[in-house]
Amino acid sequence: MAQYLILIYEDEAAWATAGPEGYEQAMKEHTAFGHANGAALRGGNALQPTGTATTVRREPAGSFSVTDGPFVETKEALGGYYLVEAADLDEALAVAKQVPAPFGGVEVRPVQVFD
Amino acid sequence: MLADPSVSAAVADAHRREWAFVLAATVRVTGDLGMAEECVQDAYAQALSTWGDRGVPARPGAWLTTVARRRAVDAGRRDATLRRSLPLLLDDRVDPGPQMADPEEIADDRLRLVFTCCHPALRLEAQVALTLRLLCGLTTAEVAAAFLVSEPTMAARLTRAKKKISGARIPYRVPAAGELPARVDAVLTVVHLLFTTGHTAPVGADLIRRDLVERALDLTRMLRALLPRDADVAGLLALILLTDARSATRVGGDGRLVLLAEQDRTRWDRNAIGEGVALVREALRRRPPGRFALMAAIAAVHAEAPSWTDTDWGELVALYDLLVQLWPSPVVALNRAVAVGFAAGIDAGLHALDALAAEPQLAGYAYLPAARADLLRRLGRLSEARTAYEEALLLTQNTVERDFLTARLDKLGQAQAKPGSTHPGPAPSAPR
Repeated sequence: MAQYLILIYEDEAAWATAGPEGYEQAMKEHTAFGHANGAALRGGNALQPTGTATTVRREPAGSFSVTDGPFVETKEALGGYYLVEAADLDEALAVAKQVPAPFGGVEVRPVQVFD
Repeated sequence: MLADPSVSAAVADAHRREWAFVLAATVRVTGDLGMAEECVQDAYAQALSTWGDRGVPARPGAWLTTVARRRAVDAGRRDATLRRSLPLLLDDRVDPGPQMADPEEIADDRLRLVFTCCHPALRLEAQVALTLRLLCGLTTAEVAAAFLVSEPTMAARLTRAKKKISGARIPYRVPAAGELPARVDAVLTVVHLLFTTGHTAPVGADLIRRDLVERALDLTRMLRALLPRDADVAGLLALILLTDARSATRVGGDGRLVLLAEQDRTRWDRNAIGEGVALVREALRRRPPGRFALMAAIAAVHAEAPSWTDTDWGELVALYDLLVQLWPSPVVALNRAVAVGFAAGIDAGLHALDALAAEPQLAGYAYLPAARADLLRRLGRLSEARTAYEEALLLTQNTVERDFLTARLDKLGQAQAKPGSTHPGPAPSAPR
């Protein structure tokens, strides 16, 4: 078995106008997803919008720059993730296809294993 | 010592026929594509000397598989860590043990290999490269030559793809029934791309790349043997046979492009056409028909027409109408417009073509201005035809096709320069 991180990328602007019904609907869908895939799920969280993000970079001089905002500005931003366990990529992709992401999509990344 | 030519020929033949089988069976032992490749390469090298001494075995594929698997086992013993870091996922790896399995029992794993090479999680260009390297057994240099990139570029592309297969654990498995149609379609897309690249080389001096056409045909025949009831496989095999049946007449003795209208139909390959037509019938039995079945049916109409003028254009338009619904590609719409030009008149064809002018996917596609040029020429609108030919020429990189367009332009020039002909009027500026 291997672990995969499913990263959810969505358009934050679309979420900003989705309204309470939109969020309620999303909660329902994620709950249903969790029930359907409980055996594979190893973790997961929703993230606050990129407006709350802070980026820290080490400057060549050795000091740190601390800036407001996400690491990379994109239309579709990382908004949440699931950690799943799957036998292979096909199994992970089958789970990924069920992740609710009405305003974007997901990226599936195998977790690096160090022996 | 020089190898006996008959032995070399037997090894070359086994390379072409058995490579995929031997590699697929060896992957079962190694669990690793790269290691299996090396073992199979070694087995072929050993065949050259051993077959020279002891003769060609009755079943070369089984012999090669046994040798390659034995090497894999030895390599595995030498490198015990290999077993822990199995990069390729196998749910049922076999250990042939000290006694080799009866060759009769070697499972045919080629389908697994096909689905691994053509996995949608890989880039299409990587899928094509892996297919040529792992299923056809081409060397990296040959794959590089097939796609006109440098060998280091192709080596890097193959390495990247194999790293993704192992890193992301792309399985070595035939997909479940529910996924199978979509995955077979992905495989056929790769093989079809290989065929079209060979049928009309996008760049270069030769119109046809025979090597790629042959490989695509071999692969499709292999798929047909492995998936005998699949209508889409039957459709693609029919399409390739019917299209390739005309290949001998597509280029004249002087190396010039010969259009379908002017080809010597007596020189078309009637055996291939017969086989193709039977396959089209089979493929069309599935409702609704798939895109390859429809494309093959279109090729069959041309193949069975006694002459260009006696072609059933109405039938062609009807088939294109079905195809465009199933596969709404602007290229299909372009071919449909050309058929309309013959079925319903040049003006109707031009009208259908002009409707496609704004298609972003056709911007830069040489066949659009070339088709327009042909219709305009037949309407006698020569200066517009000239502009369209010039535009097509700008977009064409294949030498044979360029020569054809240049010849058409020259002919137009003569027609326009005829004494007494009216001035063509202010020529629209050719796009640059």
